[in-house]
Amino acid sequence: MSRVTPDRVVGVAALVLAVLAPLYLSSYWVGTLLTQMLFLGIVAASLIFLSAYGGMVSLGQVAIYGIAGFVVGNVTTNGNTKGLNLGWNPWWGVVLGLAIAVAAALLFGALASRSVGIYFLMITLTYSVIANLTFGQVTDVSGFGGISGIPAPKHIGPVDAHSNRLYYVALGVALAVYILLRYISRTPFGLTLQGLRDDPVRMSSLGYNVMLHRTIAFAFAGFVAGVGGVLFVWWNGHIDPASIDLSATIDVLVIAVVGGLYRIEGAWVGALFFVVINNYSQQISFIGPRFHTLIGAIFLVIVLVSPGGLVGLWDRAVALSPFRRRGPTDRNPIEAGQVEPSV
Amino acid sequence: MTQAAAPTPGLAGSDRARILALRRRVLQALGLLVLGAIVVIPAVWVLFLAPTTGKWATSFGSAVHDPKDFLITLLNGITAAALYFVVASGFTLIFGLMRVVNMAHGAFFLFGGYVALKLQRHMVGEGGSFGLSSSQVNLTHWIVPALVGTVAIAAMGLAMQQLFLRWNQGQDLRQALITIAVSIILADQMLAHFGGVAEDIAWPRNWDTFVNLRVKGIQYTETRLVILAIAVGIGVLLWLWLKKTRTGMVIRAGVDDRAMVSALGVNIQLTFAIAFAIGSALAGLGGVIGGSFASLAPGVDANWLLYSLVVVIIGGMGSLGGAAIGALLLGITTNFAAAYLPSNYTYYSIIFTFVLVAIVLAVRPLGLFGRPE
Repeated sequence: MSRVTPDRVVGVAALVLAVLAPLYLSSYWVGTLLTQMLFLGIVAASLIFLSAYGGMVSLGQVAIYGIAGFVVGNVTTNGNTKGLNLGWNPWWGVVLGLAIAVAAALLFGALASRSVGIYFLMITLTYSVIANLTFGQVTDVSGFGGISGIPAPKHIGPVDAHSNRLYYVALGVALAVYILLRYISRTPFGLTLQGLRDDPVRMSSLGYNVMLHRTIAFAFAGFVAGVGGVLFVWWNGHIDPASIDLSATIDVLVIAVVGGLYRIEGAWVGALFFVVINNYSQQISFIGPRFHTLIGAIFLVIVLVSPGGLVGLWDRAVALSPFRRRGPTDRNPIEAGQVEPSV
Repeated sequence: MTQAAAPTPGLAGSDRARILALRRRVLQALGLLVLGAIVVIPAVWVLFLAPTTGKWATSFGSAVHDPKDFLITLLNGITAAALYFVVASGFTLIFGLMRVVNMAHGAFFLFGGYVALKLQRHMVGEGGSFGLSSSQVNLTHWIVPALVGTVAIAAMGLAMQQLFLRWNQGQDLRQALITIAVSIILADQMLAHFGGVAEDIAWPRNWDTFVNLRVKGIQYTETRLVILAIAVGIGVLLWLWLKKTRTGMVIRAGVDDRAMVSALGVNIQLTFAIAFAIGSALAGLGGVIGGSFASLAPGVDANWLLYSLVVVIIGGMGSLGGAAIGALLLGITTNFAAAYLPSNYTYYSIIFTFVLVAIVLAVRPLGLFGRPE
């Protein structure tokens, strides 16, 4: 277990750098870029989990992230903004937000559980677009302008004054999510999920309930995405339908694919890449505000050249080097090619 | 949870089978009951119950109370469905043959609309601060931009297919990701070049009138009837093309078994190219019509991608008849929801799109006309 591999060295180094970040980086980097990287990474990790272990590339994660965020916004604000303004304690907001996000994910997952591959992609995309339009139109809970002034809990906020606190909370949560996802993938449930990914018909003949497992996996990923949504509203203090529109949905997919769709770590690698490009591309004169053209082009190149994303490139480099990583590697759902719809 | 229960001890195999069959029948009956309620209750509400006063007041009241507005809503639903069909038939054609989910379909729609808009402005002039009005536009000023927009998108789709998709055949997820990348770039470039303000294409002046339908004195918008006529025409042409021509025959065979068609010596690559061009052209044409009927703005591409997805998820992927039925269901559901929900709650109508998808997926996961591969 305690073998030193390049992956572990890099992982530990990244963690140490992240913990010490407030010492050597500006508060803009820590409070804005890195915190954003952490919660976007959490949402992308939920997508990568579904994709890598369940063979389900979901575009519905942002819908669930938004549902959690809007619920928190509705129940924790009081007065002066759209929505229900229930004025609850932020921690109760978290509980309710996550509960509703998981409930929505259970429903979404149950409806999509008979499909995989591109069918799953399409069905979950309709969830995202419908969620965006719903929050845009239903003025009882949000409306076009969204909800402002969402407070973080007393010990974490106000975020503007103590940006490091939310950063460390997000770091701790991201680490917990990473460990949890790695752990789940090794449990009997996670192994069953991988079996379903590779051969649903055979697993079904062996007596496993395919739809139930997919639904539970989706609900669990929904929980993770919901956690990301809660961190987002604390960080941003505001959520509106544009936070979960098609562009935001695709951003999360881009993060997951650029990072690498088959290893959980890829989520944060992709997210760091994304926020840094987003922040600094504006200073390049010929790109300016055309960030999405740039990221679209990068996405296109990654999909065409390295389906494993940046982590895939790293894995290839390591495989060529003397420190080869041994043991079973996770299958890359893109390289695996055709995913047929199950019956 | 993980494994099926072992046979219950003490029960003979036949008993167990009977219990299972019984349980299944009860569940089926329950499911049908729920489904029936979901269909019947809204129908009864619209036909007889919807009030015009009180807490639940609707804009028109029930169909019995106000048949004229009921008929208008029905016509609105059908004509909206016509446009959904034009756009979604292209999407389903491409998917049926090539298993490519063209996520750029919405962006193609918007781009087709913008090409026609710019050409029309070029031909007629910029118009006032609200753009052109119909009185300045004659038939040529609409039809020429429409054709150019359609052809431009056909070329664009063809280019995307030849440059990026052709080399990744069979990797359907990767192809979907490629089309997503194209849609990101296109959407951003359109925002850069055409701005964020909603604009619309002007209908020609001879269409922009009302027609007396001679039923209950309804004066109905002619342009909506034009859209319906175009959609019916396209439906018939597509049907004739697929059923009566050699290319259509190859496409139908290709939908069933690509490898076998290719092995028989048919140039399947050429067929793919043709189908992709036509499918994209339909998105472009849809964009021209949609841009005349409603408006063009950033975000419209997402809506139309949603409509295409919903129509084919309901109707079944790759089926033209399914696209027609799916479009009708979507058009009628959304229009009736918007018109017959209580006035204070009409903004909930979007939920009904989700309900529609949910019901179909629960009953037929492959869509109404979908077939397993």
